[in-house]
Amino acid sequence: MTHKTIKVNYLARVEGEGALRVTVRDGVVRAAELRIFEPPRFFEALLRGRAFAEAPDITARICGICPVAYQMSAVHAMENALDVHVDGPLRALRRLLYCGEWIESHALHIYLLHAPDFLGYAGAIDMARDHPETVRRGLALKKVGNAVLSLLGGREVHPINVRVGGFYRTPTPQELAPLAENLRRAREAALETVRWTAGFDFPDCNRDYELVALRHPQEYPFNEGRIVSNRGLDISVAEYNRHFVEEHIAHSTALHSRLRERNRYLVGPLARYSLNHDRLSPLAREAAAEAGLGPSCTNPFQSIIVRSVEVLYACDEALRIIEHYQEPERAAVELRPCAGVGYSATEAPRGLLFHRYRLNGDGTIAEAQIVPPTAQNQPSIEEDLKTFIGDWLELPDAALRERCEQTVRNYDPCISCATHFLNLEIDRA
Amino acid sequence: MLDPMPCRRIIGLGNRGRGDDAVGRMVAAGLRGRVPEGVHVIEHDGESAGLLEYLYGADAVYLVDAAVSGAAPGTIRRFDVLEEMLPALPGSASTHALGLAEAVELARALGQLPARCFVYVVEAGSFEVGARLSPAVATAVDTLTARILEDIR
Repeated sequence: MTHKTIKVNYLARVEGEGALRVTVRDGVVRAAELRIFEPPRFFEALLRGRAFAEAPDITARICGICPVAYQMSAVHAMENALDVHVDGPLRALRRLLYCGEWIESHALHIYLLHAPDFLGYAGAIDMARDHPETVRRGLALKKVGNAVLSLLGGREVHPINVRVGGFYRTPTPQELAPLAENLRRAREAALETVRWTAGFDFPDCNRDYELVALRHPQEYPFNEGRIVSNRGLDISVAEYNRHFVEEHIAHSTALHSRLRERNRYLVGPLARYSLNHDRLSPLAREAAAEAGLGPSCTNPFQSIIVRSVEVLYACDEALRIIEHYQEPERAAVELRPCAGVGYSATEAPRGLLFHRYRLNGDGTIAEAQIVPPTAQNQPSIEEDLKTFIGDWLELPDAALRERCEQTVRNYDPCISCATHFLNLEIDRA
Repeated sequence: MLDPMPCRRIIGLGNRGRGDDAVGRMVAAGLRGRVPEGVHVIEHDGESAGLLEYLYGADAVYLVDAAVSGAAPGTIRRFDVLEEMLPALPGSASTHALGLAEAVELARALGQLPARCFVYVVEAGSFEVGARLSPAVATAVDTLTARILEDIR
């Protein structure tokens, strides 16, 4: 049997470093393994012994693209452990901050990382030569997300204004007003983005995922809700470890997550959208319908449309929050350290981000557990590849490789969160 | 009528917590307070879309970053971006998906490069977490700081 191995030194346009190995024998895909070889980063161990109040700033360092998600899951879990509930304008500001992160993170992925796959470009630079106005629109959209982060977070990357119990400083309504101007323009750009991505060609690749996301009684989920799935899962966040398990896999330094009862599952935009379509704003729902999306979407290639719908929702929601905002009397609620266990899950741009902490009586961290979305999606990425590659084996190697890369990019994987990415090896017999 | 003051930016890129990756920021820190009026000194983490913002609306931009090309640590190279494409600079220890070279080439593709744009890279020896600059790179900081002061005169 002759073996042919195709290697790519680096897969561009994903965050981090790792490798993908695909084994094909007699025309059948035997294995698709995502190997992550960045050393584990020991954040959970690093947190032990630190004060509860340090968790949002330490965990924000896990990711430069979604620091807000780490901060939000950390503050909610700590507040849960300390039996404190943050409500009113402080809660609204947290949602507003999350809107900024979704806009910024999704716009980067849609325009600079993912769209070139659909339009036949090697990357954003080639695409920008032919479509400069489109790329400018994407950059302008991203900039508005960054502006939200800067204003509420104190700076664009690794915000420093978030604390357990609230914020260090809250903005005045006057400070938010110019942001609203920008967000109205961004909302227009987001609507154009939905229409633009809806016009791409999508392979017919629907998958039978178990979709997992937060669900809140009124809102499209950012900060809180129950963890639900399309197969009947409906649990409180505190029950997470009873239903989900993380496992070491020989070919990867990142942990794999699975449901104890039913194995792999999917988190992220497709899951959020499909489980919360009825919670979108009317504008976002109409745009989704106009784009040809039903109330659920299980074609991972169409995640680019779903992300666009979520950007539109985030602009709409941010404007709603600013319109109703009244500055709170205090920037944070008072906290008293005590022993306890706290849980939280929030919706990072890439999906559910679970944190659990056990605190000592003096408020220092005794145990920390962080489950990032990419670790949860890794088994589904591998299964997508295994499922789809069979139909693409007739393609020349370069085109096959491109398809595999695109399949991975569908997930906007943040490997530096799950730990880094990607060599590609296709081993054909 | 006088021309408005031209806007020039010096942007030092990198991560102060990752050994020689801090070189761009150290050069920026060394230049702060020593540059003529109208020259802004900025430290940046290297994220491309954010960096792109700093390329807009400036008459001249001077970027400083670490690189890995196989040369001896501390080796300084200077690129005139208007004259040549930047080689890929895989040495940037940033974990972001796009880096300095992509930001510059994106600005070029969008027709938004400043009229003058120079990239200085210093060959890094180590990106060890928490480490200081290696001796050869620390020496290069002084050399490059003097060189940039000369170039912006």
